[in-house]
Amino acid sequence: MKPIKTPQEAAANIRDNSSIMIGGFMCCGHPFSVINAIIDSGVKNLTLITNDAGFPDVGIGKLVCQNRTKKLIVSHIGLNPVAGKKMNSKELEVELVPQGTLAERIRAKGAGLGGVLTPTGIGTEVENGKQKITVTEKDYLLETPIEADFAIIKANICDKYGNCFIAKSAKNFNLVMAMAAKTVIVEADKIVEPGELDPENVTVPGVFVNIIAPSKKEDQANNFWN
Amino acid sequence: MDEKEIKRARIATRIANEFPDGALVNLGIGMPTIVANFLPKDKTILLQSENGFIGLGPKPEEKNEDKDLVNAGGKPVSIAPGGCFFDSSMSFSIIRGRHVDYTVLGALEVDEQGNLANYMIPGKMVPGMGGAMDLVVGAKTVIIAMEHLNKKGQCKILKKCTLPLTAKGEVDIIVTDMAFIRVTKKGLVLEEIAENTTVDEVIKNTEANLTVAGKLSRF
Repeated sequence: MKPIKTPQEAAANIRDNSSIMIGGFMCCGHPFSVINAIIDSGVKNLTLITNDAGFPDVGIGKLVCQNRTKKLIVSHIGLNPVAGKKMNSKELEVELVPQGTLAERIRAKGAGLGGVLTPTGIGTEVENGKQKITVTEKDYLLETPIEADFAIIKANICDKYGNCFIAKSAKNFNLVMAMAAKTVIVEADKIVEPGELDPENVTVPGVFVNIIAPSKKEDQANNFWN
Repeated sequence: MDEKEIKRARIATRIANEFPDGALVNLGIGMPTIVANFLPKDKTILLQSENGFIGLGPKPEEKNEDKDLVNAGGKPVSIAPGGCFFDSSMSFSIIRGRHVDYTVLGALEVDEQGNLANYMIPGKMVPGMGGAMDLVVGAKTVIIAMEHLNKKGQCKILKKCTLPLTAKGEVDIIVTDMAFIRVTKKGLVLEEIAENTTVDEVIKNTEANLTVAGKLSRF
């Protein structure tokens, strides 16, 4: 059985300068309750590894806009203009990674691999400073694994062993991130007893999970796009 | 429809007619998204959404919106019959592994070698590449959907891209409000022109060298 904590208790593990993977894609499949608890906890100088910088007033966007973040490792920041401004004024370091490469670098860490070879980014600024490796006459970039102190992922249902069901397009980065961090916090809309979640419907095996935090009702609303 | 909408509809219709029955297609944000409204009814064309599913369907009625079902722009959508969901690693395995037949993307610049620049203007606009670099490298056919000239009336089809590249030598087809251009090893071939233009007009508005195809048609 994995410990069940409130979002505040779960967030209390996070210290200044921590690196955190945060699941979600444009706020879909996003752990809003734990993110709000991180903001309330006052930690700063975070490195966030996540798909995007979200929108300014929601979820991860708040961690950027409220100056809690020193570095973002993301595939895009286009819908959070504040992130762009902070990057241009050097208040925020941004490492832009192609989305597929971001997923594979995280998965590589979780899968015990030394990196991945990808054709993505060849002939572009993305190849700067990276080793190029030719395999059967084709060039690839060696992309190294990404790890983090914490991963915060979002599940629709989580059983007390940590097995997660994540619905529809909310899966996104949640699975690979659960594999690649030292401490994995699952924010779950519903927590059930072992056996109540059909093993056929497990998106994230519980083996990766360390802490389960129930999401707050107000963060389960169907309207983050408004 | 205003002039801009007419232009966009012409581009989208021509691209929609390019897909064969059974094609798997990824449409980028912005202009390419409009292609979904012009897909031929007599063909089955499945759309891939890089945030994690195949079978991208239209925006649902408000009462059917689902926080767990959004497109790559984070807006509520639906899933078509026969669709399926997956995580980001699988999504980009599908993309990078050459299982997507067509990707349609916008562009800031395209050049004679099929190079594409569409993800940043240094110092001005740095939104990030998102999934574009993987899509352009991985899709079997890369189609660029864009207006022939930029907002300042300048050429976007150049001899050589000046902005940072999204990918090198990956573009196959460029469709604009004026022209259908194929990228070949010998350079750009003008295969079709729009109903309301002439070959001379297209050449005048294109910095890159164009070879005019023997059999030129209109769209």
